[in-house]
Amino acid sequence: MSARKPPEAARSEPQASGGNMLEIEDLWARAGDAEILRGIDLAIRPGEVHALMGPNGSGKSTLAHVLAGRPDVEVTRGAVRFQGRDLLGLAPEERARQGIFLAFQYPVEIPGVTNSYFLKAALNAVRKQRGEPELDAIDFLAIVRRILELVKMDEKLLHRAVNEGFSGGEKKRNEVLQMAVLEPRLAILDETDSGLDIDALRIVADGVNALRAPDRAMLVITHYQRLLDYIVPDRVHVLADGRIARSGGAELARALEKEGYGWLAKEPGLATGAAP
Amino acid sequence: MERSSEAKTLEKLTRREYAYGFVTEIDEDRVPPGLDEGIVRLISSKKQEPEWLLEWRLKALRRFLEMVESEKEPTWAQVRYPKIDYQKLVYYSAPKAREKVSGLDEVDPELLRTYEKLGIPLVEQKRLAGVAVDAVFDSVSVATTFKEELEKQGVVFCSFSEAVQRLPGLVKEYLGSVVPYSDNFFACLNSAVFSDGSFAYIPKGVRCPMELSTYFRINAAGTGQFERTLIVADEGAYVSYLEGCTAPMRDENQLHAAVVELVALDDAQIKYSTVQNWYPGDANGVGGVYNFVTKRGACRGRRSKISWTQVETGSAITWKYPSCILQGDDSVGEFYSVAMTNHRQQADTGTKMIHLGRNTRSTIVSKGISAGHGQQSYRGLVRIGPKASGARNHSRCDSLLLGDECGAHTFPYLEVKNASATVEHEATTSKIGEDQLFYLRQRGISEEDAVSMIVNGFCKQVLRELPMEFAVEAQNLLGLSLEGSVG
Repeated sequence: MSARKPPEAARSEPQASGGNMLEIEDLWARAGDAEILRGIDLAIRPGEVHALMGPNGSGKSTLAHVLAGRPDVEVTRGAVRFQGRDLLGLAPEERARQGIFLAFQYPVEIPGVTNSYFLKAALNAVRKQRGEPELDAIDFLAIVRRILELVKMDEKLLHRAVNEGFSGGEKKRNEVLQMAVLEPRLAILDETDSGLDIDALRIVADGVNALRAPDRAMLVITHYQRLLDYIVPDRVHVLADGRIARSGGAELARALEKEGYGWLAKEPGLATGAAP
Repeated sequence: MERSSEAKTLEKLTRREYAYGFVTEIDEDRVPPGLDEGIVRLISSKKQEPEWLLEWRLKALRRFLEMVESEKEPTWAQVRYPKIDYQKLVYYSAPKAREKVSGLDEVDPELLRTYEKLGIPLVEQKRLAGVAVDAVFDSVSVATTFKEELEKQGVVFCSFSEAVQRLPGLVKEYLGSVVPYSDNFFACLNSAVFSDGSFAYIPKGVRCPMELSTYFRINAAGTGQFERTLIVADEGAYVSYLEGCTAPMRDENQLHAAVVELVALDDAQIKYSTVQNWYPGDANGVGGVYNFVTKRGACRGRRSKISWTQVETGSAITWKYPSCILQGDDSVGEFYSVAMTNHRQQADTGTKMIHLGRNTRSTIVSKGISAGHGQQSYRGLVRIGPKASGARNHSRCDSLLLGDECGAHTFPYLEVKNASATVEHEATTSKIGEDQLFYLRQRGISEEDAVSMIVNGFCKQVLRELPMEFAVEAQNLLGLSLEGSVG
């Protein structure tokens, strides 16, 4: 399939400058036969929280999967640099060890593997990469106990199989727990709010906010404005048809809440000149 | 990072090296190949057996030859192998002993080195703490550790041959009482030519103070191993028994046709664990052991319990159904199994739970893992007899497929002749999830570690039934069985 050159104006961010943690340039990707991403440009600086919104099927989750290296998504064009280095050539586990964390929209169950065993293996893999010594069970538990409190999770869940029989809310809190334990540089939250009631949403949001740090960036993917009442983003991008149609500050999300996504179809012109 | 590369990684992961494939250079005392009355008499005379035992062997031989003649070799199992010429096999091979071995000092140092290499040190200073080992090399037992300590408690643990000499009454009473010589084709062959194996007797009310264990090693080329194990737990006794097995890498197939009989009297408990790691053959299916084994336990007494736990990772072909006959009222049978087939390995394995007594209970947990071109079948029979009021069975069979060139099959048979019985069967088949792999890798865990984490998690319900010393070994073995040649 010959790649159509995307309109210049759709590029929402200036080209890579030295201070960016993540730089996505003209990224095209497909899953199966469908071209899902059709020329994404995005840059995120350390300390920033970006929100990625858009209607169903616009490519939000696919972008998250491309960044994390999911094998069944194929990048057909473009480049992604993370902390100044090419990201697309790395295996998923290498990306994770470099500091990319994806909070899954649908956390996966791993029967028979306890949550604590899994988390300790993950933490030690990441620590090894950072040149830190591996933790034994006692030190590990000390770290995890602190974080359990942050996400208001029962310690019992540590000794259960990964996500097995967890409620929707427990699964999402478990994702935030893992994120807090692994201390990533870039955290991507893929619809972490979906399926949560308001109390669970608040707990998850509090957990995420507690992890905001000057050297950490976040990409928060959500369909609804609701989550952004709790996690206030620095930038908001609206994805439509595999491209960033519009970018703005936190107020853009509120405008969307009122208008919905209908305007994307009616006024494609809005996409132009979106960059502030 | 496309699918094809994932498939390649999986292939790499499932390519394994067999760590125990070495051959021990040792002088053998072996009989000429072939099977007839002369050979059976020769084996029996080498062991200075009583007349009744020779007669029993000869009855079995005649029956076996009839079965060969009328082509009664079983074909119902979901396994394929070329016809075995039973006249070409060697039925007895033993390391040439110096005069009568009575202590370890007299065991050939080459043999001690062999077991040490296998991680089973037999010499006093290095023995495994808390585990008594009977080491069987080809057709004979070469050493049994901790014998004296056990005998202080009245526990007899020795080679089968020794038991025939020392306790002929017990052997005669129980031999063939659970698996009659005519039971099936391979059990019949074993009854004619069996050479050695382990014998254990735990007297009334004694809880055996340590794990009993037999380590089987096939060494000689072109030889079959036909061991026979008999364990009797008297009233109120308890014993935990483990067996391990390895064989050298050889291009020809080796036949292993063993029989294990367990008897539990009133309130007795036998826990029998196997970690089977016979040579599985190479990646193209050349060589490897044919493991055609009959294992059966009789819960004769009331409230008795027999529990089988097996981790089957080796052998080119496995044909094995450790079973329980629940005769005593309130007796309990359990079967926990992990079977892994890789490359061209084939396994047809499962269990039979025969409920005869009232309120008898059985549990079956079978976990099958197939990788490469491995083919695996679970075959299980649950039979509830007319008198088994209140009998209960729960079966769970899960299969995990790694890659898309392997297969898993389930053949559950249920025969219920008592309306008050409860029988439940659950079965699942799943592929190792791309989603699971990606999830673990996204957390920094390598693909190789992710696969073995998922596999070990899948097997956990079974692995936790193993005694501690073996659980770790089994877990390593499952990891090893999937490990690539790297690192």
